[in-house]
Amino acid sequence: MRRDRVRVIGVSTLLGLAALLIWQAFAAGQPAGRGIPGPMAVAATAGHMLANPFYNNGPNDKGIGLQLAASLGRLAIGWTVASLVAIMGGVVLGLSPTLYRAVNPYVQVLKPVSPLAWMPLFLYTIKDSSQSAILVIFMSSLWPTLANTAFGVATIRRDYLNVAAILQLTWWRRLVTVILPAAAPAIVAGLRISIGSAWVAIVAAEMLIGGTGIGYFVWNEWNNLALTSVIFAILAIGLIGVLLDAGLSRLSRRLAYTE
Amino acid sequence: MSYLEIDHVTKLFPAPEGGSEVCVFRDVSFKIEQGEFVTMVGHSGCGKSTLLNIIAGLEHPSAGGVVLEGREIRRPGMDRMVVFQNFSLMPWMTVFDNIRLAVRAAHPDWHRTNVDRFVQRYVDMVGLGGAERKRPAALSGGMRQRVGLARAFSTEPKVLLLDEPFAQIDALTRGVIQDELVRMWTASRSTVFMVTHDVDEAILLSDRIALMTRGPVALLAELVDVGLPRPRSRARLIDDREYLRLRSHILRFLVEGAVGPGETRGGLPENAIETTRFEEPAAPLARAASQA
Repeated sequence: MRRDRVRVIGVSTLLGLAALLIWQAFAAGQPAGRGIPGPMAVAATAGHMLANPFYNNGPNDKGIGLQLAASLGRLAIGWTVASLVAIMGGVVLGLSPTLYRAVNPYVQVLKPVSPLAWMPLFLYTIKDSSQSAILVIFMSSLWPTLANTAFGVATIRRDYLNVAAILQLTWWRRLVTVILPAAAPAIVAGLRISIGSAWVAIVAAEMLIGGTGIGYFVWNEWNNLALTSVIFAILAIGLIGVLLDAGLSRLSRRLAYTE
Repeated sequence: MSYLEIDHVTKLFPAPEGGSEVCVFRDVSFKIEQGEFVTMVGHSGCGKSTLLNIIAGLEHPSAGGVVLEGREIRRPGMDRMVVFQNFSLMPWMTVFDNIRLAVRAAHPDWHRTNVDRFVQRYVDMVGLGGAERKRPAALSGGMRQRVGLARAFSTEPKVLLLDEPFAQIDALTRGVIQDELVRMWTASRSTVFMVTHDVDEAILLSDRIALMTRGPVALLAELVDVGLPRPRSRARLIDDREYLRLRSHILRFLVEGAVGPGETRGGLPENAIETTRFEEPAAPLARAASQA
């Protein structure tokens, strides 16, 4: 087990180094000022940006920390609200086979719609770009959690519900002590997919709305032709995505149970 | 009027592929007195667990009904607790919390410390002290069913419904837990209806044994009185004449006679006998032989 781990880490490091070398060689083969910047240039920019991540020099010049914070703030609101709605809706659907099957076609139609497609409607109705972005996050977080919760609740073992029925638990206690814990692994799996797709969607949404956020930052740096910043932002987005997922993965381990 | 009355209960199940309904059992009627221990024995498919679920209120009879203390049973209730074959403990809760769920449901007005003290009493009663903070997955089958028994008894139900409670417990542990059940039942004096495959278990525990014919369209064939004095010990029963008489009577019924009236053995298709052959007696017989 331990030796396996060492081997995996070794291979992983080698692959990373190789990718960096190829990238550097590729970048070095091109005339200065044109082509893709190499890892050294990106590292220099990263050092520069991380030295002062929270500076604020007006609308078009903010530190990357501020931009990420803006995105994470939107994500937190949109994802949390969507999760609450999706869990509540999923429980209702999961408990009623009729409703589940009746609503399912609509969910199936809405699920593959890119959350960005809703953007014009949101902009038109609420006339606020930042809130529209939050609603895009909401839309992207809704369906995975809804579908997973409904599935998780619908497949709760009959025995647990029988025990709840015999003990004549009130609906609230039934929800809190039986239904939610029983479906928790499925629900958290949905939450993980949701936060992943929300984090993917936020970049695109912020490119459209402008103002603040890591998506806007990427677009702005592209307009400045600062590709090193763009590449660094890509890495930062990926890293934060990993951290978000790791947090929920810990939650899922805590809520897991064996029958 | 008797305490618990099963009154002409019939159960039909919808046919799988749109055909006519399948009758599991028909016109089952018997009465259980307060404090009595009645066990139903029959082949798989005679609907004995279904009948238990009907008494529990988890399923509904197609005809007839069940009356407890003069009131018809329509839904599950705290006055009837079930001990399940597969334990049905909440796997995300600890032993303590599983029992606590039941105690809190039985006594919603109790203070937390009161509830916890009461739970601890039942934990200790089934010898699970020290394992309170474990989850069911960390326990053996026998220990899990102890939690199941503690959960059921802790609500002090009027009727205890035991659905093959020892079927998934290894033979050595089974005896110990059966003794625990008898002890708790003697102390609580609740009324018990049990369903089992195990003839020895039925005789050891019951006041009366209800014998069902083979399903489908199973019928209640006979109610056997178990006149053995209590307390009963397994060791003394081994060569008790009455015990052996009851045992061979029930086994003979199950092997030969568990065919409903109107369908003699010759009337069944040839392979039907093969597929519905009763297999359980092999184990108890072998056990008795090795003990003798």
